[in-house]
Amino acid sequence: MSKYREACESGRFVVSGEIGPPKGTSVDTMLHHIELLKDLVDGLNVTDNQSAVMRLGSMAVSHEIVSRGGDAIYQMTCRDRNRLALQNDLLSAHFLGLRNVLALTGDHVSVGDHKDAKEVYDFESVQLIQCIKRMNEGFDWAGNELEGGTDFYIGAVVTPESDPIEPQKLKFEKKIEAGAQFFQTQAVYDMDNFRRFMEYARGVTEGKDVKMMAGLVVLTSVGMAKYMNKFVPGVFVPDDLLEEMASVPKEEAVKKGMEICARHIRFCIDNDVCDGVHVMAIGKEEIVPEILQMAGLLK
Amino acid sequence: MIISTQKPFEEILESLKGENSVYIVGCGECATMTQSGGEPEVADMKARLEEAGKKVVATDVAHAACHELDMKRIFRQNKEAATAADAFLVLACGAGVQSVREGTTKHVTPGANSLFVGNVKRQMAFEEKCSLCGECVLDEYGAICPVTRCAKGILNGPCGGTNNGKCEVDSNKDCAWVLIYNQMKSEDKLASFMTIHGPKRWNAIERPGRLDARAAGEEKGAA
Repeated sequence: MSKYREACESGRFVVSGEIGPPKGTSVDTMLHHIELLKDLVDGLNVTDNQSAVMRLGSMAVSHEIVSRGGDAIYQMTCRDRNRLALQNDLLSAHFLGLRNVLALTGDHVSVGDHKDAKEVYDFESVQLIQCIKRMNEGFDWAGNELEGGTDFYIGAVVTPESDPIEPQKLKFEKKIEAGAQFFQTQAVYDMDNFRRFMEYARGVTEGKDVKMMAGLVVLTSVGMAKYMNKFVPGVFVPDDLLEEMASVPKEEAVKKGMEICARHIRFCIDNDVCDGVHVMAIGKEEIVPEILQMAGLLK
Repeated sequence: MIISTQKPFEEILESLKGENSVYIVGCGECATMTQSGGEPEVADMKARLEEAGKKVVATDVAHAACHELDMKRIFRQNKEAATAADAFLVLACGAGVQSVREGTTKHVTPGANSLFVGNVKRQMAFEEKCSLCGECVLDEYGAICPVTRCAKGILNGPCGGTNNGKCEVDSNKDCAWVLIYNQMKSEDKLASFMTIHGPKRWNAIERPGRLDARAAGEEKGAA
């Protein structure tokens, strides 16, 4: 059983971080971030051509994390591969020792840096979840018996601030039905709203072994917060946080963002809102240990 | 209908480089509606080509440029011009262009880009609602096609990119999944919204598509 799964199933509060592979072969910063975080968190997500921008692969980096003694959550999108390639990669990932997969539909190519590429979407997230579950049961999508099935812990995402929220909730329920075992949410900032969402989610997951992690993206400036409100669908930074970010001089903004993130982690723990957090610092992973310290998660 | 737009004139001229006598073919159906190859556009193209030094030996707006037998008949009737032409410029969709291909052995070049199968919203405003997937699933989605109208073709609900009911790819377009949800809700059919749909069978039609209903009928008759 993977370390991340073990942590999830232990019932204690789970923490994951995120690694964004570089665009190119200069991996020093990324390896530094992996070394810095791998023993402080239960798992590290590795993004898959994030935002449809071509980068170093998620599988290779996930493998590097595992071989360095950490645990990886291998992100897999349906944008770039058809069902043959997805299953091929799942078997390859399993061979390389990866055991946690986060199944995503994936950002559209039109938001990325190869806008004239052909997007695939032969599967989408719900079908990929179903497919992984089927491979765990020893069969490929076409129903052929595998010579040895997989043993993946299946993850998915949900967007608690989606507008409108009703169809998003039904899709969340479908992902559970399809076989999702853990969720990491899109970034949340309005913790009261998130708590309300979690009350609903707890109702849905009652009696099922499904773990819920709050997605927390560290704010690093008031500009970043406003940008997300304007351009990132499903992310909403409320006014009081915008004001709080604006209340400090520019050079203290990162510190303020870290404080807010730590406070939100504490909020989730103290109010038993969810099963864990997924902390994303988007390229500034060196600040994550201090955030965890501030939240009282490091001994 | 097939929605097409005329190619830039410079591109058309480039494709006719070295070809002096040109036979222009238009289409009386889709390309007329989309104003890429109807009577006025064909006349306009004739004038511009002549201005650019080309000799236009004939113009014809076929009843429907995709009708291959009709196209062959037109060229038979216009044998002299068809023989004199160095090249055929087709102001119609790609089907029309290839229908001309069947009617001549000479150089054939497209004068339009084919965009999609479109519904007419109003004059000269079109929207893609069907992508000819070969296996209609509209009954399961409140008669709103997610294969076509969701930018990702998702079959099981909205992605995280829904924004105020609009699509993350283009904020001028409705999120198909919000439309589907609202329709199914109004029909009191949200229980079927929860059905998990498998991926499309992309071999429902083998490309290139082919249907010979008469041959199929004869086979059936013989059996």
